[in-house]
Amino acid sequence: MKDTLNSSPPVIEARGLNLVFQTADGPVHALKDLNLTINRGDFVSFIGPSGCGKTTFLRAIAALEHPTDGTLTVNGMSPDEARKKRAYGYVFQAAGLYPWRTISGNIRLPLEIMGFSKADQDARVERVLDLVELSGFGKKFPWQLSGGMQQRASIARALAFDADILLMDEPFGALDEIVRDRLNEEVLKLWARTGKTIGFVTHSIPEAVYLSTKIVVMSPRPGRITDIIDSPLPKERPLDIRDSREFIEIAHRVREGLRAGHLDD
Amino acid sequence: MRGLSVPPVILPAPFAIAATIAGSLPTLWQDFAQTILKGAIPGFLIGAGAAFGVAIAIDRSPFLQRGLLPIGNFVAALPIVGLAPILVMWFGFDWQSKAAVVVVMVFFPILVNLVAGLQASERMQRDLMATWGASYWQTLVKLRLPAAMPFLFNGLKIASTLALIGAIVAEFFGSPIYGMGFRISTEVGRLGLDMVWATIAVAALAGSALYGMISLIERWVTFWHPSQRH
Ligand SMILES: Nc1ncnc2c1ncn2[C@@H]1O[C@H](COP(=O)(O)OP(=O)(O)OP(=O)(O)O)[C@@H](O)[C@H]1O
Ligand SMILES: [Mg+2]
Repeated sequence: MKDTLNSSPPVIEARGLNLVFQTADGPVHALKDLNLTINRGDFVSFIGPSGCGKTTFLRAIAALEHPTDGTLTVNGMSPDEARKKRAYGYVFQAAGLYPWRTISGNIRLPLEIMGFSKADQDARVERVLDLVELSGFGKKFPWQLSGGMQQRASIARALAFDADILLMDEPFGALDEIVRDRLNEEVLKLWARTGKTIGFVTHSIPEAVYLSTKIVVMSPRPGRITDIIDSPLPKERPLDIRDSREFIEIAHRVREGLRAGHLDD
Repeated sequence: MRGLSVPPVILPAPFAIAATIAGSLPTLWQDFAQTILKGAIPGFLIGAGAAFGVAIAIDRSPFLQRGLLPIGNFVAALPIVGLAPILVMWFGFDWQSKAAVVVVMVFFPILVNLVAGLQASERMQRDLMATWGASYWQTLVKLRLPAAMPFLFNGLKIASTLALIGAIVAEFFGSPIYGMGFRISTEVGRLGLDMVWATIAVAALAGSALYGMISLIERWVTFWHPSQRH
């Protein structure tokens, strides 16, 4: 199992990673001695209590924060180089669509910045709108759509330029459970269709277990990894897999990991 | 009621003012052209343009931010009664000195609003730009300037009122023998209060028109802002 996964070089590799924020109240050790390997096509969830460094780690991968110590590589390059090669799409917790642009205009924005040709832009916008089931909404402005649709649009925007890494920071955190279930299913389908490597931050144990091939459990002060669980669930996952024995067992292990992190305090 | 009665020489009846307006259209037009079309509007445009350029320069360089904002603040604090005579000495009696007064008056409110507006985009929106590898100018044009527009228009609306006041008051300190400020100061001296009020009416109309025009453009440019949606 391990050997087949390791046959291609890791997409993201962290070795002895430390990240310390200097704040007015002294240093904050946001990430401590992180070791993690993410392979091509993995769906990795990060779960842990507030302040354990999930966002910081994702931002470090995206070169939005810079580690103070250790190594972090993305596709074998530094995160900064990887960004310049458009290695990843990033989806934040809020949709972050620009209100003066239509949905199509928002999805087109990264394409304009990266210098895609006009015809290519049009084709890509259509394709990703279709992918997130928003065809026909391209001419609407963001504020005319529901929160769930806005979040789908922001995913479409992250997909438009075909980065092979998709980083999502609690993308569905603000949505109700039913919409969330639907979007989780869509994300899984998308992952199956595109074969992207996905890093996904969540607070929800069922969400983490349902989506991931690998679950990273973290704990705070200082932010560190307490458990890494390789999920035995099949790639094909209907919603009712959440009632299966295996699912409940993994959820249990995640919960234990989270509890252990708390006991250390 | 009797206590509030005002002698007609100070507040003429509206119909008397209307009659004066109708009877002195060529004079009023000449004054309007001199003060508004040559003084206020060019001054407003130059001041706005300069504020825009300086705002970008300040944005690029923290050093300039520390240097230019306090200077701008200082100039803005100069009282117009002190400033106008100096500028009239520098630029002469004609409209050029009036436009210069207007430039100085509108510059700072527009600058301050634009500088604030350029900080108005959200961190997440800027982070998105960074993840796409956007350059400074791409981020400026596609994110920060659009996000700054509601602020810019606030500044422009404040400045439009100031432009009018500046162009009129500057004429009190020297002007050719026409212009709205000249008219007001000479007619007050001759107790021609109907003409003073006629000129004030023209000024009010011009001010409203200018403000209205800016609001219209604002509506069109910042249609996406919560305050403009309907
Ligand atoms: N820019 C920053 N400056 C200073 N400290 C920061 C900064 N960003 C994060 N931190 C600190 O680093 C730690 C980790 O924060 P992070 O946002 O990564 O947590 P998180 O796991 O994403 O939490 P949540 O679940 O609430 O989103 C926290 O203690 C936080 O206060
Ligand atoms: Mg977070």
